[in-house]
Amino acid sequence: MHAKDYHDLGTPAAGGESVTLQIDGATVTVPAGTSIMRAAALADRDVPKLCATDTLRHFGSCRVCLVEIEGRRGFPASCTTEVAAGMKVRTQSEALTNLRRGVLELYVSEHPVGSCPDSSRCELEHLAEEHGIGESRFAGAKTARSHTHKPVDHSNPYFRFDNDLCIVCSRCVRACEETQGTYALTIQGRGLDSSVAASQDQPFLESECVSCGACVEACPTGALMEKSVIAAAALPQQAVATTCAYCGVGCSLIAEVTDGAVSRMVPNRNGRANQGHACVKGRFAYGYATHQDRVTKPLIRKSITDEWREVSWDEAIGYAASEFKRIQARYGRDSIGGITSSRCTNEETFLVQKLVRAAFGTNNVDTCARVCHSPTGYGLKHTLGESAGTQEFVSVQHADVIMVIGASPTEAHPVFASQMKRRLRNGARLIVVDPRAIPLVKSAHVEADFHLRLLPGTNVAIINALAHVVVTEGLVKEDYVAARCEKDSFEKWKKFVADPVNSPEAVEAISGVKAEVIRGAARLYASGPNSAIYYGLGVTEHSQGSTMVMGIANLAMATGNLGREGVGVSPLRGQNNVQGSCDMGSFPHEFAGYRHVSDDATRALFESMWKVHLQNEPGLRIPNMFEAALDGSFKGMYIQGEDLAQSDPNTSHVTAALSSLECLVIQDIFHNETAKFAHVFLPGSSFLEKDGTFTNAERRISRVRKVIEPLAGLADWEVTVRLSNALGYPMNYSHPAEIMAEIAALTPTFTGVTYEKIDQLGSIQWPCNDKAPVGTPTMHVGQFVRGKGKFYVTAYVPTSERTSSKYPLLLTTGRILSQYNVGAQTRRTSNVAWHSEDRLEIHPHDAEARGIDHGDWVGVTSRAGDTVLRVEITDRVAPGVVYTTFHFPESGANLITTENSDWATNCPEYKVTAVQVVKVAQPAAWQMRRQAALPASPRKRRREETTIGD
Amino acid sequence: MANDIAAFFDGESDKALAAEGVRFHISRFWEPRMRREIIAHVQKGGAGLSATARSGIEKLAPVA
Repeated sequence: MHAKDYHDLGTPAAGGESVTLQIDGATVTVPAGTSIMRAAALADRDVPKLCATDTLRHFGSCRVCLVEIEGRRGFPASCTTEVAAGMKVRTQSEALTNLRRGVLELYVSEHPVGSCPDSSRCELEHLAEEHGIGESRFAGAKTARSHTHKPVDHSNPYFRFDNDLCIVCSRCVRACEETQGTYALTIQGRGLDSSVAASQDQPFLESECVSCGACVEACPTGALMEKSVIAAAALPQQAVATTCAYCGVGCSLIAEVTDGAVSRMVPNRNGRANQGHACVKGRFAYGYATHQDRVTKPLIRKSITDEWREVSWDEAIGYAASEFKRIQARYGRDSIGGITSSRCTNEETFLVQKLVRAAFGTNNVDTCARVCHSPTGYGLKHTLGESAGTQEFVSVQHADVIMVIGASPTEAHPVFASQMKRRLRNGARLIVVDPRAIPLVKSAHVEADFHLRLLPGTNVAIINALAHVVVTEGLVKEDYVAARCEKDSFEKWKKFVADPVNSPEAVEAISGVKAEVIRGAARLYASGPNSAIYYGLGVTEHSQGSTMVMGIANLAMATGNLGREGVGVSPLRGQNNVQGSCDMGSFPHEFAGYRHVSDDATRALFESMWKVHLQNEPGLRIPNMFEAALDGSFKGMYIQGEDLAQSDPNTSHVTAALSSLECLVIQDIFHNETAKFAHVFLPGSSFLEKDGTFTNAERRISRVRKVIEPLAGLADWEVTVRLSNALGYPMNYSHPAEIMAEIAALTPTFTGVTYEKIDQLGSIQWPCNDKAPVGTPTMHVGQFVRGKGKFYVTAYVPTSERTSSKYPLLLTTGRILSQYNVGAQTRRTSNVAWHSEDRLEIHPHDAEARGIDHGDWVGVTSRAGDTVLRVEITDRVAPGVVYTTFHFPESGANLITTENSDWATNCPEYKVTAVQVVKVAQPAAWQMRRQAALPASPRKRRREETTIGD
Repeated sequence: MANDIAAFFDGESDKALAAEGVRFHISRFWEPRMRREIIAHVQKGGAGLSATARSGIEKLAPVA
């Protein structure tokens, strides 16, 4: 069922030369290749349809969309018939009406009018009413259809499938194939026995269905319907376009509101990033925003061992401000700092870093990009000149070769993965560089030509080996390099990478990847003609993360794969606004727009606007803040929307640092691990409760629009404003649009960005300024941002984290589709149906050697600490490698990760930890205690106290 | 960490350029008290620092 008021045009858009025809006497001009159905809909002469929808290719099965074409015999289906110049089409006639009535009557015999929970949203019942069909003459006739006797499938927590309402139009099957690419659905049986089946005719939850909702949206009846819509029992009164708050794809969604509550999230068909698609998280897992765990009242306490006390906003803000002032007076200006949120909007992030720089008077501000893509910023800035990816997502449709390095897009960026799989099904070749056999290596109609299954920690050796092949086999695009890159740096790099130490044969022993596989992959990538690289945290979260990003840029430049569609270097940013938080100057060394704090002209501009003196020295990064806290020189923090105690490595170290603070101010929507060390809790707001913008991995700035009022009474930006005013630095904004205006005034890459322009264009990819007034989909066209691209020598330096007899396995980490990051949001939704705990993946050989069976508890120990996880035995991981996710605090994944980090940015080396795994009888005592007791919250205590008193 | 930074710049065959790379990186990204500490460490002998790291740190401007 489509979004409210959506006008379904029937078949997808085409892109040919203009064609003019007549439809019911009206002149219509459309691109060649357009179906008559779509042309008629564009002319507001919609042709009735059932099996067609504009996200899917034509199918031509329902026989409802028939039309008459002058000079042609019969009644062709308008969905399968393309327009032609001079064509004259009639969409209405007595003959057509009679044919449609006949077909509809047959459908109604299986799906009586009034069957659907809401007839007004059932396309079949709507058409039946339009054509005056109430009862069918064929109703009650004996049929052998087995599907009408099947029980309703309620297994999926978000939607149900009622076979009785299904008209077997195949829209759901085709949506699962064409839009999502999972191929979980099929039509089983023939004729009247035909029915939709999930996998091997299993309940949806047990099948291969990934719950993206594409089938539900495609369904023309109530057969597949959201449970929330059924429960709402009324049509939505409001539909608000906003942007998803989960991953870096930044899907555009329509929030439908019924009686003041969100009843459904539907992908926005006009969303340029997601092209009308969504995943289980954005589509369905929005309930966390109104979960009972939401903290809605400000809280303070003198000591972290005290109970929380509910207070007013004024008292909480006043207390926080007075503590920060006291600390600075006692320990110095730089004894406090702040962390911006990659979950909050650009405007909110900008204000937090402004508060730190202007109100605190220090540059001790950082962001969670520190622990994920900070090497991307460093590496791409140095080589290409800008700290961001080079393409938009649709560029993948023009790629001939796709290389995915250290990422599993089907799990972490599923909507983009669907687009990538579409291109792969249409003939693009695939190279995967990953220690795991990620799903993309082999799945429905997709198979990697090369899987470089490297040992964790050997990325740079591999990228150098790929480059070695390119350079020594004459695969360099010499003209491109000569025109666009620095000659000296290229020659230096070329000499370095051609050294035999970088040959595939030499690297085989280090990486575990056979030389011929490396050579094959390099030749394929170099041959293109369009080759694109997509990478994730498996690149950046290493001691050589920045080096690897530079190595990737080197390879792309050497092969001429930058500066046009279908190529590029695209970091798959993890969070909804991690790109934005970096853009907004959240790093301690850079103002908004990636300009160093020591740059006098930039600093003068900010000082002039902000009317305050600003520091010209870099501030502390997050790991440095922890060190300074432990040595007693850093005593206060303001953390907005980040759970450092769960997400940062070496948990013991982090919690020791947080414990030593005298004032920790948390601004968040739930109690979390970090809040256990806080003195002030300022209740935050979810993406549904505020206006602003997010910037996704494509540099695409999209609107976030308020759907419900903030549960705590204030949006996050309003809280920061109040805190700043309480500290004596005035901030005065009436709407986030004013904050964006200030950002635009201060940031050359944002000068053309306004809310009006975003509304007009739908979204804007920065840079957006006089040179690029409608934004920049593709970067480095013609020349690189820094002028000439610069090559960097990227010598492989092995990580100091090595296996030993004590720790013989290498642990790497990642994400799973249904959960998100530390799970603060998704753990509070029905997504736990798919993934209710983090598990350790271990190869059968390693498991057998340790006497471990599937489902056993195992102790996982590193030099940093230990934890206990339940095991999953799988050959997705290679022998010697284990893998886990980190979505549940009970798993303690970061108890065992170490302090190792990227040399340039301190991005933690999450992906390489030497561990030992042994079978144990049960979880650790702290895990059992945690599972037995919910997190302490005033709301929970009130419930308990009430219960006790009853 | 200083040694890790130096290890990257050791890819540069010109040792002076490598040292300058270390100096530039530390001056751009290290907070003043961290620079003060590493300078003091070098002034006391710089135990544990690689040659490139030491050379780069010696080129750092004093921190007030």
